[in-house]
Amino acid sequence: MRLEPRPAPGMATLVLLPLGAILVTVLAASLLVLAAGASPLSVFGLVLKGAAGTQFALLETLTRATPLIFTGLAIAVAFRAKLWNIGAEAQLYAGAVATVVLGTGALPLPAPILVPLLMIAAVSAGALLLLGPAILKTRFGVDEVVTTLLLNFIMLLFVSMLLEGVLKDPMGLGWPQSQKLIAEARLPRIITGKRLHYGFVVAVFSAIVVWIIMKKTALGYEMRAVGHNPTAARFAGIPVNGVLLKTAILSGGLAALAGFSEVAGLKGNLTLDLSPGFGYSGIVVAMLAMLNPLGVVAAAIFVAGIFVGADAMSRTAGVPSYIANVMVATALLTMVTAIMLTRFKVRWR
Amino acid sequence: MTSSVLRLSSITKRFGPLTANDAISFELAPGEVVALLGENGAGKTTLMNILFGHYVADEGTVEVFGEALPPGDPRAALEAGVGMVHQHFTLADNMTVLENIALGTESPWRLSLDRRRAAARIRALATDFGLEVDPAATISALTVGERQRVEILKALYRDARILILDEPTAVLTPIETEALFSTLRKLVAKGLSIIFISHKLNEVLAISDRVVVLRAGKLSGERRTAGATRQELAALMVGQEVAPPAVPEVARGPVLLKLYGVSTTGRGTRQRLDDVSLALIGGEITGLAGVSGNGQAALADLIAGLEKPASGRIEIASAAIADWSPRAALAAGIARIPEDRHAVGTIGDMSVTENVMAEQYRAPRFSKRGFLDWKAARAFAEEIIRDYDVKCPSPEARIRLLSGGNMQKLILGRALDPDPAVILANQPTRGLDVGAIAYVHGRLLAARARGAAILLISEDLEEIMALSDRILVMSNGRLSTPSARGERSVRDLAELMAGHGLEAA
Repeated sequence: MRLEPRPAPGMATLVLLPLGAILVTVLAASLLVLAAGASPLSVFGLVLKGAAGTQFALLETLTRATPLIFTGLAIAVAFRAKLWNIGAEAQLYAGAVATVVLGTGALPLPAPILVPLLMIAAVSAGALLLLGPAILKTRFGVDEVVTTLLLNFIMLLFVSMLLEGVLKDPMGLGWPQSQKLIAEARLPRIITGKRLHYGFVVAVFSAIVVWIIMKKTALGYEMRAVGHNPTAARFAGIPVNGVLLKTAILSGGLAALAGFSEVAGLKGNLTLDLSPGFGYSGIVVAMLAMLNPLGVVAAAIFVAGIFVGADAMSRTAGVPSYIANVMVATALLTMVTAIMLTRFKVRWR
Repeated sequence: MTSSVLRLSSITKRFGPLTANDAISFELAPGEVVALLGENGAGKTTLMNILFGHYVADEGTVEVFGEALPPGDPRAALEAGVGMVHQHFTLADNMTVLENIALGTESPWRLSLDRRRAAARIRALATDFGLEVDPAATISALTVGERQRVEILKALYRDARILILDEPTAVLTPIETEALFSTLRKLVAKGLSIIFISHKLNEVLAISDRVVVLRAGKLSGERRTAGATRQELAALMVGQEVAPPAVPEVARGPVLLKLYGVSTTGRGTRQRLDDVSLALIGGEITGLAGVSGNGQAALADLIAGLEKPASGRIEIASAAIADWSPRAALAAGIARIPEDRHAVGTIGDMSVTENVMAEQYRAPRFSKRGFLDWKAARAFAEEIIRDYDVKCPSPEARIRLLSGGNMQKLILGRALDPDPAVILANQPTRGLDVGAIAYVHGRLLAARARGAAILLISEDLEEIMALSDRILVMSNGRLSTPSARGERSVRDLAELMAGHGLEAA
């Protein structure tokens, strides 16, 4: 088996690839379902039904997709400039902490002022958290994969410390959780009585804005140039380090919005299980979307659907919902392989 | 049976709509040097990649010593005794010469390498063929010429009987080229056969027994070197006669760029600049000759804005420059043609449009309030494609897909578009074919006629002597005194390149 480079892929390839990756994923997961003693057809039927079969299921999937859109965008933006931000999880918590610190009564303001203010605070916190590793990278060449990854653990322990200390809810019966946000700090629900909140709208809007930035602005052009070839970018007069710092601000800010929207839109307070790894799943989402900001929305809904659907399925079919993790991981692997296949042609001799 | 060691029979290879090789056949006799001559994109490298199993031919067969090679298997070619020295070396920089040569030749089950035996064998090969190199040296510490010797040794160590050299002289100094040629003659004397891929006519005439010329994927001619002339081969290669550039008289302008006693720190292992003073004058081409690695790259980086002077100063149009960067250099009206068009000059995975706008995308012409005007950018790319006769499918094509000559034309178009006052041309014609070289020279001469000051850095002494109004020689980070056109002979310049007489200057 050998690899030969091939010219730029056509539009059809770009659409068919993710679909092919998903098909392979389903086939691979079928084997596990068979091993668990169930029929793949009925299990995947249940997953689909659990993800989108009813209005409740669909709303639940979109609710779950909301933080994934934010973290997926954060990763897509950073990876485009080859800034390897593995720390979206930490930036998410930074955004959540900022939201809780200012949104639990410290600022008694009306909602139309308070909500945007909290968003700005969250974005700043996430941006600052990624700026550290970005400055270390541009100044001293410290590998940002290591620094951003390790910051995830530091941040989680820091949040744990806050929740056991200054941010601990005195009325929380001893649980490590923060006070509830005041009503003016909450994002309203889109449909009364359902969990889907306006965070989803902000997420889709953000995806459009990021798409415009990447496609239409000088900054987006700079980010792509720096990502493809920093040496040539520098030669052409593009301020490579400055672009990386701007990328860090954008990426960290987007990831922090996930934390803001989970707290202000869904949970109402901060707990240690605010994110079941949204920061890491964001990497899968971004890769599935081939770093396209609009594709991130679709990919996030797909990944969220698998998780939500698998939960529902496991309650009926008795196949463990861990199948969702396997499927998401397989989707990532097949997608990375598929992306390679757009650039190279395999020759079986 | 036949006496040929290698026989290619009607090899055809297509890449989509492009036919890179169209029914090409030729044979190689034992002890023969065949030069494979052709412009860039004529199909030389594709043909060799097929022979070596990197590509699979759509039609045709390859026979080595009378046996057909299975297509698409590099190991089969290796085992049949075909060795290849690539244009871009394939050595592990952080390993020693010995490790690089022996890599892959030992049985995978052996825990350690028999260094003594390997070293002895390398030394024997080295003395036999004039390929002196220390087996214990690390690759990163070697010069380009030495690395090439390692590549040749690597092939010989694997008992190659047929050696393919892809543009071997593109990276060598004239002296290193001579040494390579004497090695090749020794190899041939021992019965090896050599395919020498090149587009430099004088080298082809100097080393080969027979010349096979490719043009646009087809075999356009085959000549015995003994009876062939330069003009004849050039005509076969490009389909027309080529004349040397005519350099007309041009009125001198003012001094446009001045360096006063500039020294640099020299990043890493690079040669640093040592107290360099230089004046570039409008309407003049200043040629900078020198053996590679003597500070030309540092000087180019300095003028391009990539490196700041550690001491001394830069003055442009009589104004001292404070904050020096690539952007500042561009703003000061310096056009830059970089030495390495793939790694530095272009962003391979971005489109032609995105590449040609790279130096000007912030200008009001291409962006307003941070938003890019793609229509203007595309029109600009189309303008350059038209004006510079670039062959490319569309402005949206990834620039990686273009040939070296077309890439260089785009870089030239990008650099010369703002009518720069100063032009830094670092190895502007390296690796280009005859037609593209003439084109680049023509553009530089047109800029000179317009009154631009041009610094031409080249390792090709012929090019320097043909184009330059003044010639400087760089050695060990220092500059010689300038000489006017024709004032110093090749011999004098070679002496200066070797570092003699600079102290007196």
